[in-house]
Amino acid sequence: MSGPVLEVADLSVRYRTPVGPAYAVDGIGFNLMPRERMGLVGESGSGKSTTVLALMRMIRPPGEISAGHVRLEGRDVLALSEEDLRRTRFARMSLVPQGAMSSLNPVLPIGAQFADLFAAHDIDPDDGHVAGLLSRVGLPPAVAARFPHELSGGMKQRVCIALAIALTPAVILADEPTSALDVVVQKQVLATLGRVQQDIGAAIILIGHDMALMAHFVDRIGVMYAGRLVETGPVKTVFRSPTHPYTKLLIGALPSLTARRAFQGIPGVPPSLTERPPGCPFQTRCPIAEARCRIEAPAPRPVGSDHLVACHLVGPA
Amino acid sequence: MYLDYAIRRFGIMLLVFALAVSINFALPRLTPGDPVEQQLNQLVSTSSGSVGDVKAIVDSYRARFGLDQPVWRQYFDYWGMVLRFDLGFSLANYPERVSESIAGAMPWTLGLLGMATLISFAIGTLMGGLLAWPRAPRWLGWFAAPFLVLSAIPYFLIGVILLFVGAIVYRVFPAGGGFPFDMTPGFNWATVGGILWHATLPALSIVLAQIGSWAIGMRGMLVSVLGEDYIMLAEAKGLTQRRIFLWYAVRNALLPQITKLALTLGHLVSGAILVEVIFSYPGMGYRLYQAIQSKDFFVIQGIVLVLSISIAVTMFVLDLLYPLIDPRITNKRN
Repeated sequence: MSGPVLEVADLSVRYRTPVGPAYAVDGIGFNLMPRERMGLVGESGSGKSTTVLALMRMIRPPGEISAGHVRLEGRDVLALSEEDLRRTRFARMSLVPQGAMSSLNPVLPIGAQFADLFAAHDIDPDDGHVAGLLSRVGLPPAVAARFPHELSGGMKQRVCIALAIALTPAVILADEPTSALDVVVQKQVLATLGRVQQDIGAAIILIGHDMALMAHFVDRIGVMYAGRLVETGPVKTVFRSPTHPYTKLLIGALPSLTARRAFQGIPGVPPSLTERPPGCPFQTRCPIAEARCRIEAPAPRPVGSDHLVACHLVGPA
Repeated sequence: MYLDYAIRRFGIMLLVFALAVSINFALPRLTPGDPVEQQLNQLVSTSSGSVGDVKAIVDSYRARFGLDQPVWRQYFDYWGMVLRFDLGFSLANYPERVSESIAGAMPWTLGLLGMATLISFAIGTLMGGLLAWPRAPRWLGWFAAPFLVLSAIPYFLIGVILLFVGAIVYRVFPAGGGFPFDMTPGFNWATVGGILWHATLPALSIVLAQIGSWAIGMRGMLVSVLGEDYIMLAEAKGLTQRRIFLWYAVRNALLPQITKLALTLGHLVSGAILVEVIFSYPGMGYRLYQAIQSKDFFVIQGIVLVLSISIAVTMFVLDLLYPLIDPRITNKRN
């Protein structure tokens, strides 16, 4: 197999605030192989969605990408001209948005929202093309004539998925595609997303905070904390033997079907993104933190096959 | 389904119409004093000669205008008159009919205010849209600031200033009237030019006063629309900035502006009475002003009725158009 379809290195996004820059994403890096399914999990504010926006180069002022590289199929996304960037979006890297309920233009029928996508990329689709896309996500062709308010939340998200695969991109970024949907529809929509992703042979990055949903879907998982990627590895490895203290606590907090016990949380709150104390961002909540953790920020180190952890105190020293 | 909706809206318009006619009938009869007597007393007090038996004249006028009939009879007669567009006679210029008087004044007002409103709507809305658009040129903000200041000044004050500067100090534009005195109106370019020349200052005073408020309204709406998820997805789709601006941002931000435009057009006829007065413009506002000055009750009543009807009709047209502009306005009742 060829090299990675998406290479991210040292990517940082900061927002200018009155009290100094806030680092929403702080030097993350990972590779995404063709057809691979990667998950990014983390609590609210850990930088998951900002990462997706940064990959699409859609960070708006006062935010900016302050450092890093994003290579999509070998091309430097951060160096593309406005026009090249516009033509790359959705054609090579598409997005399934978080707010499916409000991501479609309320005053244009669905068909028109496919038509302008094709027009923007100088594609003249065949007559049955939109109907074909809709049927691939399990929607009848009549949906093309409907307005967004005439569709249910699940149907709207399916429309968004159909849009995302319309130009057969190499990478699909799915930003909590199911968080606005109810549990039953969540599973169906995620199954649809997985099926069409395999159909067109795209790689996918799935953002979410539902660890269980994630475990069933992705091949590899990355855990984010305070803008950093603290652990990445094959999903089975990470779930079976979580290594970073944060991942351990996170997986320990999952409710169990077999053992009856009180829910466990992680005491404390994430650090302020503007203050950025030296050392490991997790030091204030970490049960095993020691002096070194308060001075030196840990870099991701391999602890096993394809398994990276950013912690001084675990793995082979 | 759309037909049901249209019929229902039409019914509502008829209801408003009936209420307007009834209130218009009742109001003058609820006010103290008798217009006929007042008019005659004025005549008696101002004329040097004898007027004759005032009582007999009052009675004959009453019979002439049907005021001696029972109220319910008058009410039905009034309906009959309204439906025949017969609004009675002008008291001040007796042989003239109210309907003729209104018909003569209406086109001037519709022309002047219609054009002025549409121009200020178009410029103001576009300007407001661009003010909120991050990729719009910077100089636009400087350009727009004076209009925002102007929107704080009442339009009649701007009218007085324009009149003073444009017609008295520099004598570029006429000081009043709808067309040159020495011209016989006809369907030719000279007439059109003369009318436009006379309409410039009054129209400008309205346009200058309104652009700012259209721009502010549009800017506010566009800013909130730009925060919507569908704008983000449109950008992610790789649509051109032009397409996003026009079809995603402006298209959605325009909806409240159009409602405001329809309301403004509905109140058009009464909207700028003072501008017409300042520029002696032969429109409805000036006519109403004259009628109030001369206590010409039937003309006042007629104009008020026409105003209510014009608002009802614009609302009806707006209701018919709105589902086409915004598909979310459902025609169903739930």
